[in-house]
Amino acid sequence: MINIFEVSETNQMIEQENLDVRTITMGISLLDCIDDNLENVRNRVYDKITRMARDLVKTGEDISAEYGIPIVNKRISITPAALVGGAACKSPEDFVLLAQTLDQAAKEVGVNFIGGYSALVSKGMTKADEFLIRSIPQALAATDRVCSSVNLGSTKTGINMDAVRLMGDIVLETAKATADKDSLGCAKLVVFCNAPDDNPFMAGAFHGVTEADAIINVGVSGPGVVKHALTQVRDANFEVLCETIKKTAFKITRVGQLVAREAARRLDIPFGIIDLSLAPTPAVGDSVAEILEEIGLEMAGAPGTTAALAMLNDQVKKGGIMASSYVGGLSGAFIPVSEDQGMIDAVNAGALTLEKLEAMTCVCSVGLDMIAIPGDTKATTIAGLIADEMAIGMVNQKTTAVRVIPVIGKGVGETVEFGGLLGYAPIMPVNTFGCERFVNRGGRIPAPVHSFKN
Amino acid sequence: MEKTIITVVGKDTVGIIARVCTYLAKEQINILDISQTIVDGYFNMMMVTDTSGCAKGMKELSDEMKALGEEIGVVIRCQHEDIFQMMHRI
Repeated sequence: MINIFEVSETNQMIEQENLDVRTITMGISLLDCIDDNLENVRNRVYDKITRMARDLVKTGEDISAEYGIPIVNKRISITPAALVGGAACKSPEDFVLLAQTLDQAAKEVGVNFIGGYSALVSKGMTKADEFLIRSIPQALAATDRVCSSVNLGSTKTGINMDAVRLMGDIVLETAKATADKDSLGCAKLVVFCNAPDDNPFMAGAFHGVTEADAIINVGVSGPGVVKHALTQVRDANFEVLCETIKKTAFKITRVGQLVAREAARRLDIPFGIIDLSLAPTPAVGDSVAEILEEIGLEMAGAPGTTAALAMLNDQVKKGGIMASSYVGGLSGAFIPVSEDQGMIDAVNAGALTLEKLEAMTCVCSVGLDMIAIPGDTKATTIAGLIADEMAIGMVNQKTTAVRVIPVIGKGVGETVEFGGLLGYAPIMPVNTFGCERFVNRGGRIPAPVHSFKN
Repeated sequence: MEKTIITVVGKDTVGIIARVCTYLAKEQINILDISQTIVDGYFNMMMVTDTSGCAKGMKELSDEMKALGEEIGVVIRCQHEDIFQMMHRI
């Protein structure tokens, strides 16, 4: 039988170390809402989302109360909107109307974000894909809860550089369209290489076309728990360190597995995957950077950071995989700057640079995440940043992403406040040397050879 | 059997167990096991209970026990056993 020490350990994790289930995300296929009449599409989309997700928030709250574990977010991901609206939307403005429908549906069922205002263009863009991409600035300015993502490349197809170049403009335009809110729109826009179909985390969640009609995916969290566990083995060798991370990741993931199974049962929707990510929040003690410090770095960004993060990421997966039957999504440590107090401190102290963050993304999910950059950064420079990150994903057969926020009207040294889980961020300098000729070439970067790996 | 774990944590005082047990008896909740320690003057108790005879739902039970805890000056949590089983047993 369970003993008092085990019970206390669990409750301490929840109360003092910020253990929570970060999100229950219901994936909903909207392929059956396709029509060539936009009004019909909007009605069907609204009806289907509000019908399928009617009990999502309440179920999440019930499970949270019964097990005593906070479930922070209840969210929805949908079939990439470029596919759903492709036949009906004849212009970017039409897609904005579809985005507003998604926003209304999200508000009706009470979820805090709906993801999947997306286009998958890793090899080429259809007319609909391009309309959707061009509608993103307006769509994100006109809605509150819609999240957008674009897949620009993959290991199998290479990188669509035309789309990368276009996204450089779109990120900047989104920043301008939401300039009155410190360019918040860009916090809801992410570009990917090798985007997973079953990611429950925003802003990149969408319901892939290979998925069932509806599915429950769960994202766990718990950087604070890992950090606390590591304080107990300070100065121990790597074997002990790795064992501790694995055991902790196992425990965290088991809670996610329980919540996922229970949510799936109560909503009568199949369980999809658990995403084993260490997702930090701006709360003190809930930080991936603090884990790196506990491992032995003065600050995140110091030499050794990439190695420490690689080890952390791998051990989290090793522990987590045993705890769940189905693991998917992004599954790795997140290193968003604005959502992680330790990362913010490291940037402010000058320990962590954009270039070091890029190196870190080679060994963990997911990419340059929630990084505020000067508002006068050129679109081509943003495209160059994106291209670099896509290349890392393509060559290393992993998911990478870019979610940078060019904060209009602000420069290096200033701070931007997004509020809530999105946190706040110091604006980081970007290399100002140009890459216009490179990103303006047009066409695609071919897929890499899958042998001769050096 | 519906096993629920009840934990009580707080400053030690007279009658904590009595108050909690009186409530459980009133709600037809059977106590299967109790363990209790005092650490640094803080009262720490765990009960394994069977709630299958209780007419109230888990949420209601949890809210009422929380309120009772506030009355006594301790924190009472009421959680389904599965979360502990999942985390600590392979």
